[in-house]
Amino acid sequence: MDQLLQHLVNTLVLGGTYALLGIGLTLIFGIMNVVNFTHGVLYTFGAYMMFIVVHQLGVNFFLALPIAIVAGWLLGAAIEILLLRPLRGSDIDTTMLVMIGAWIAMQSGALWIWGGVAKSVNNPFPDAPLVLGPVSVSWLRLFVLAAAALLIVIAYLLINRTKLGKAMRATFQDHDTAALMGVNVSWIYTSTFAIGSSLAAAAGALLGPVYVIFPQMGDLAAVKAFAIVILGGLGNITGAVIGGFILALAEELGAGYVSSGYRDAMGFLIIIAVLIFKPTGLFARAERVG
Amino acid sequence: MNRLATLICLAAFISVPLWLTDPYLLNALITTGIFIIGAMSLNLLLGFTGQLSLGHIAFFGIGAYVSALTSLGFDVPIFGDFHIVHVPWPPIAGFVLAIVIAGFCGYLVGRLSFRVRGAYFVIVTISFAEVVRLVALNWVELTQGPLALTNIPSISIGLPGLGYLVLKTKLQNYYLVLAVAALSYLLISRLVHSHYGRAMRGLMENETLAVAVGIDVTKTLTLAAVISAGIAGAAGSLYAHYIRIIDPDVFAFISTVTMVIMVVSGGKGSLAGPVIGGVIFGLLPVFLRPIMPPEAQWITYGGVLIAILFVLPRGIVPTLAPLLGLSRKQGDTAAKAAPLAVEERA
Repeated sequence: MDQLLQHLVNTLVLGGTYALLGIGLTLIFGIMNVVNFTHGVLYTFGAYMMFIVVHQLGVNFFLALPIAIVAGWLLGAAIEILLLRPLRGSDIDTTMLVMIGAWIAMQSGALWIWGGVAKSVNNPFPDAPLVLGPVSVSWLRLFVLAAAALLIVIAYLLINRTKLGKAMRATFQDHDTAALMGVNVSWIYTSTFAIGSSLAAAAGALLGPVYVIFPQMGDLAAVKAFAIVILGGLGNITGAVIGGFILALAEELGAGYVSSGYRDAMGFLIIIAVLIFKPTGLFARAERVG
Repeated sequence: MNRLATLICLAAFISVPLWLTDPYLLNALITTGIFIIGAMSLNLLLGFTGQLSLGHIAFFGIGAYVSALTSLGFDVPIFGDFHIVHVPWPPIAGFVLAIVIAGFCGYLVGRLSFRVRGAYFVIVTISFAEVVRLVALNWVELTQGPLALTNIPSISIGLPGLGYLVLKTKLQNYYLVLAVAALSYLLISRLVHSHYGRAMRGLMENETLAVAVGIDVTKTLTLAAVISAGIAGAAGSLYAHYIRIIDPDVFAFISTVTMVIMVVSGGKGSLAGPVIGGVIFGLLPVFLRPIMPPEAQWITYGGVLIAILFVLPRGIVPTLAPLLGLSRKQGDTAAKAAPLAVEERA
């Protein structure tokens, strides 16, 4: 029972960052119909931004986090303008392959610049964990959970309460009609990609200090993000949040009670099972963003 | 591409070892050839049915492991004291089993994953390949996990009255790979020019119309998946017996990407496309290696993929073939696709 409680606490911490990853991808996938293979690279990029800003520039840890998020936003906007904008109207396979090319090039770039040796980011929290009865959780992980929750709320408000969010939702429903109503669809796409990318970078910046950072860390993150998006249904933000926590729970329980070697297989098995039995996602409100 | 050009290409490939004796280049040609076989099988799905399978390396890897385990033998505990023991069989039996089992996996994956289309199909196939990779990594009793299967025997062919011919040298392996590649090319060519091939292209162009004229979608797609997976399994078997050591990295996603690049750059839906794209991208690392570090090679690789999609979105062969006057068959296929409805009803 104590062990189960500990797994549930770990699930909460992990699920928060998974939800961030999932929201970013589901926005891009849902609104732009682009299968974004660079999502994992943005996650890696966020983690390395933390490393650079904290260790090489000597900036405060809490200030480094927004810097990493803004850097992810800028990189995402650059990818969209350079690679996706010229391919407007291409079929989904073409943009997917372009994204794969960008992913290979950028990941190899990370390997070239920062080397393959894993790095760790120092954090200002005390080493001793917070112990509550049978469960213990480190202060850093608690901070990660709180920051992820805050970012999820910001993303939700951005989509549902702002003018930009309204334009994004309109574009998702029908981009031709949205364009007729005066929405600059091209810039909505760029904003969507930049926001999604900044959320991926935020997830990397938050989880990077918890684990170690290395150039290939984003590959699994990207697959997990796909699993979350499929679980929650395309373009469904609430679904992505719930999907993030379900995936985290499946991984924690799989690693705890089956075998830690199959921890990362959980995401793939969920994808296969959901697509075979319920292809529209568990929360079948597939036709909406928000 | 017309028959004469195909025969000239085949003759050129046969003559390569006569003027190229550098073992390093010959080795690069053999591994490239194995990947070209994989790319041709992927082209059957991607180019002729329009399904982008990004888990294709799973069938290649399954073929490699089946073939290696058949020829090495194994002793695997299942429940407690119950063991499955297999004594080594000759490698050629492994080759055949690799095709059969990879084809069967293609059947299963096809039946399950053709329920979804587009991006979802892509993600299911990636997931399948990753699950297979994790099984190969974690089922240590069978696969040795990360320790790899070593000392895989070379392919040997029994000659009546003459004993066994063991294909050990690079020259022998080159011709073995070339023979399998030529057979695969012939098989795919016959298939896509048959009734089933026209049904596949009909599905790709307009699935609703194809269903309306009575094409059995699942049957047609599954047939393509089985043959495609079987050929990929054959390529995997050749790889295992040539390299003679395999580990779970054989399932690396980047290998699927390599095959996709070969198909897309050469021209999907063109029989010669994967061969041309495969020769270019298979040998590109050989020329890049002396002039740049490995990371820069991969950056170039990704950059070239993007550049090809921007500049030659249809691929090299469909763009250049009309200019060289080799497009007779291309025109034929276009003409065949149009009266599809009439033909299928007949």
